[in-house]
Amino acid sequence: MITLANVHKSFGAKPVLQGVNLTVEKGTSMVIIGGSGTGKSVLLKSVLGLVTPDSGQITLDGQDVTTGERDAFLARFGMLFQGGALFDSLPVWQNVAFRLLRGALKRPKAEARELAIEKLRRVGLAPETADLFPSELSGGMQKRVGLARAIAANPEIIFFDEPTTGLDPIMSGVINELIREIVTEMGATAMTITHDMSSVRAIADTIAMLHDGVIQWSGPVAQLDSSGDPYLDQFIHGRAEGPIEALR
Amino acid sequence: MGRFLSPLAALGAAVLAALAATGRVALFAFDTVTHLFRPPFYGRELLTALVQIGWLSLPVVGLTALFTGGALALQIYSGGARFNAEEVVPSIVAIGMVRELGPVLGGLMVAARVASSIAAEIGTMKVTEQIDALTTLSTHPMKYLTLPRVLAATLAVPVLVAVGDAIGILGGYAVGVTRLGFNEAAYLKNTVDFLELWDVTSGLIKGAAFGFIIATMGCYYGMHSGRGAQGVGRATKAAVVAASVMILAANYLLTEAFFTS
Repeated sequence: MITLANVHKSFGAKPVLQGVNLTVEKGTSMVIIGGSGTGKSVLLKSVLGLVTPDSGQITLDGQDVTTGERDAFLARFGMLFQGGALFDSLPVWQNVAFRLLRGALKRPKAEARELAIEKLRRVGLAPETADLFPSELSGGMQKRVGLARAIAANPEIIFFDEPTTGLDPIMSGVINELIREIVTEMGATAMTITHDMSSVRAIADTIAMLHDGVIQWSGPVAQLDSSGDPYLDQFIHGRAEGPIEALR
Repeated sequence: MGRFLSPLAALGAAVLAALAATGRVALFAFDTVTHLFRPPFYGRELLTALVQIGWLSLPVVGLTALFTGGALALQIYSGGARFNAEEVVPSIVAIGMVRELGPVLGGLMVAARVASSIAAEIGTMKVTEQIDALTTLSTHPMKYLTLPRVLAATLAVPVLVAVGDAIGILGGYAVGVTRLGFNEAAYLKNTVDFLELWDVTSGLIKGAAFGFIIATMGCYYGMHSGRGAQGVGRATKAAVVAASVMILAANYLLTEAFFTS
């Protein structure tokens, strides 16, 4: 279970998170929605310790994330980055098996390669992809490799940062389905941030909407259309008019 | 009143910013060095960096030294002719190369080649979230990216300087023998007789210091790159400028420390 309690973060004079309270139950898929620049990425990165909050507490299974052994903590996570964030100096299979080739989870090279190819197959990529370099792949394939890397070491918790950004609607659908399947079959806890409503409906068990630095609304996906919350309604229907100010 | 104070305020802000930047660079360098004593170590990254920084810089350092040695011989010959001291050419070329021009010009050329490429590579990794990805994969970016490059440059630049010294002396020899009428054997004997071991080692120590500066500046500005293509461009430029200026400053300080007693 991941819990954020009254988390604040500012960049210079600009407040981004202004008291975020959020709980993600173990084994569930939480999707965080919100406009661009509302701090969704900052929220995810705060949990991982890539961004240090100014105040507030973040706990994983009751333990403060800033205490304890950092490598052991990070080994429980997998993350799919927005642009894939593949290491372009390494071939695809070494990207996928990165964690398995060094550090505490190190295995023999041949075994790591086998595992990487298995994970590539799981995300729908042929074994021939293994020896290509990231720059030789299309955007959708890079996302798949990123996904394979995120799940390579069978993490308990997986973060997805805008998994469908930059993909065509069909590829978005494929990636959404893959994420849902993988999260279900691995029994992982998932946190996804997106503003793509098709992703939300495909991936989420529960939804939280971030606006003005706080969680404006949260609830199960079944209540998405009947929340009665004017902010949420404006967002999910993509209306220009409403309580959320849109610059034009 | 404000009108008179505002230039002072701007000056103060600039000084404070410069001091803060110096402090950040110093802390970054110190942090890098501490990783030398804390495993894990990434041997493969070190090897790659040695090839990139050392081996692949040989042509540019060699050519720089060759032409510099040749020009130096011509200058000393024409300068020496004013007081009938043309025969000093071999010894002055050798001393000038190994003490000063080899390390400094070699260092500057490596700074242009290596500090820029390190800053651009790491900056692009930062902008495309690859640094964050490294962290989430339980790999410390300072250990995986910074330490191998800094260590490789500190080890490789002295070797480059040594090779450059030899090629520079060779350049002087070629010019001396073909253009200035020196006897081959006499030129070489003069070079060897007047050159002391400390002349060479002091230059190699300078090379190590310059190598450390080059890679540290490249990594520092890469890691602190701003967003987008413009951010990476700025980081690259800043890395080369900072490395070059610091090489020249460090060269003065080291020369002062080595040769005034």
